[in-house]
Amino acid sequence: MKKFLPHILTLTLLLAINLTADAQCKGFAKKLCKLELTGYIHDGNYHAAILTEGEEAELYKTFYSGQNYRLAICGSETLSAIEFQVVDAYKNVLFDNRQHNMTETWDFMLESSQQLKIVVKVPVSAQKSEYPNSGCVAIMFGFQEN
Amino acid sequence: MRNYYTTLRFAGLIILSGILMLGNACKSGKKGQEGKEVGIEDFLTEEDIFDDIDKAKKIFYSLPSPLETAMLLKSAGVSYNEEVLNDLANVEKYSTNKSKALNLGIYTTDLSFACLFDQAQTSLAYMDATKKLATEMGISDAIDEETMKRLEQNLNKRDVVMDIISETFLNSSSYLKENDQQDVAAMVLVGGWIEGLYIGTQMVGSQPIEGNKLVDRIAEQKLSFSIVERMLQDNIKNARGEENRDIVELINELHATKAAFEKIEVQTSSVKIDENDTADVAVLKSQTKINVTPEAFKELQAAVQSLRNNFVQ
Repeated sequence: MKKFLPHILTLTLLLAINLTADAQCKGFAKKLCKLELTGYIHDGNYHAAILTEGEEAELYKTFYSGQNYRLAICGSETLSAIEFQVVDAYKNVLFDNRQHNMTETWDFMLESSQQLKIVVKVPVSAQKSEYPNSGCVAIMFGFQEN
Repeated sequence: MRNYYTTLRFAGLIILSGILMLGNACKSGKKGQEGKEVGIEDFLTEEDIFDDIDKAKKIFYSLPSPLETAMLLKSAGVSYNEEVLNDLANVEKYSTNKSKALNLGIYTTDLSFACLFDQAQTSLAYMDATKKLATEMGISDAIDEETMKRLEQNLNKRDVVMDIISETFLNSSSYLKENDQQDVAAMVLVGGWIEGLYIGTQMVGSQPIEGNKLVDRIAEQKLSFSIVERMLQDNIKNARGEENRDIVELINELHATKAAFEKIEVQTSSVKIDENDTADVAVLKSQTKINVTPEAFKELQAAVQSLRNNFVQ
């Protein structure tokens, strides 16, 4: 058992570091990304994860008519600007931030309620490194009281 | 700092390798035993938004939060009625993980509903109930004494109270998701969403169905119901790969509501967007056809009432 002790201690330490990364992702969403919703009320939902360059994520949500929404998608400074698209059930791309200077937010309202899909991609950095970069990506929604 | 997360990922791999090595070291001659693969059951076959889901990607399902649910009810013309909220005395009854999670969602929707109608003292009482449940679930940081103090000092400022509700809900859901309790986080959301459906259907009462804005808003929840199903199916196994009995039970409990929603038709057209419109807020133009008969609505009312009463007991 003694021979495993150094391994166990190392693993415990590394696990603690990993938990810190999660906590920092939470902090990033709460303290930085939420600021992008200024003027809107954050709905309170938490959608954030650590993604690596080249990775994609999708979010499905129903948006309701008559509500003003703001979508904010932010990536931590270790990542290049995050790409995102908003797509309807018929696969029409309604918004692509690559055509809007890589903006992190999009304000919209719907004439009728719809299920929409948000597709998020972490682009591969032009700078070459030994390992692909990873970082937090948060997707947040705000709305306005009518 | 630039490669900080990469280092952490690498550290994660080392942890995984270490655990596997330790696990192998502890095994005695069970090499070659294969793990059992259990596929996710498909429950939707028709063409819809979920058609081309790529399981390799990180997938998020988002339900209306308690705050958004309350807002949707208010904008559909609901008036305030405290009698429909879950009795505060019930908070003492919840002893299982499932009942605590569902009722944390339920009380948060009630709290949001009271807040939107400027019910200061009721909001405070419901925040207290959510604090009690969150603490019992090990999320003591979600609503701390400082938050309660801030709430008391700003009870008459709706914007501040809404911000506090949003923040406390974010604290709870982020804590649960980052501590491998996505299943619990899903139950909290489902509880809150069902409470909104319950308040809405109760408020319709015996009013006429036709041309009723609130009835349409409730029928549109069919779109979110498919997200509820997906979210629960995704959590049918816990982080250790074991079947999650609470989630399986909840899926079964939702059968009557699913059957009722199936009798309601909600059809949406594709979305058009005016590319030349330079307004700050984009308008997504589309049409939704809703067909709900009085019988179908009554069935939904009854199913939701029974489900919610079962949750709060």
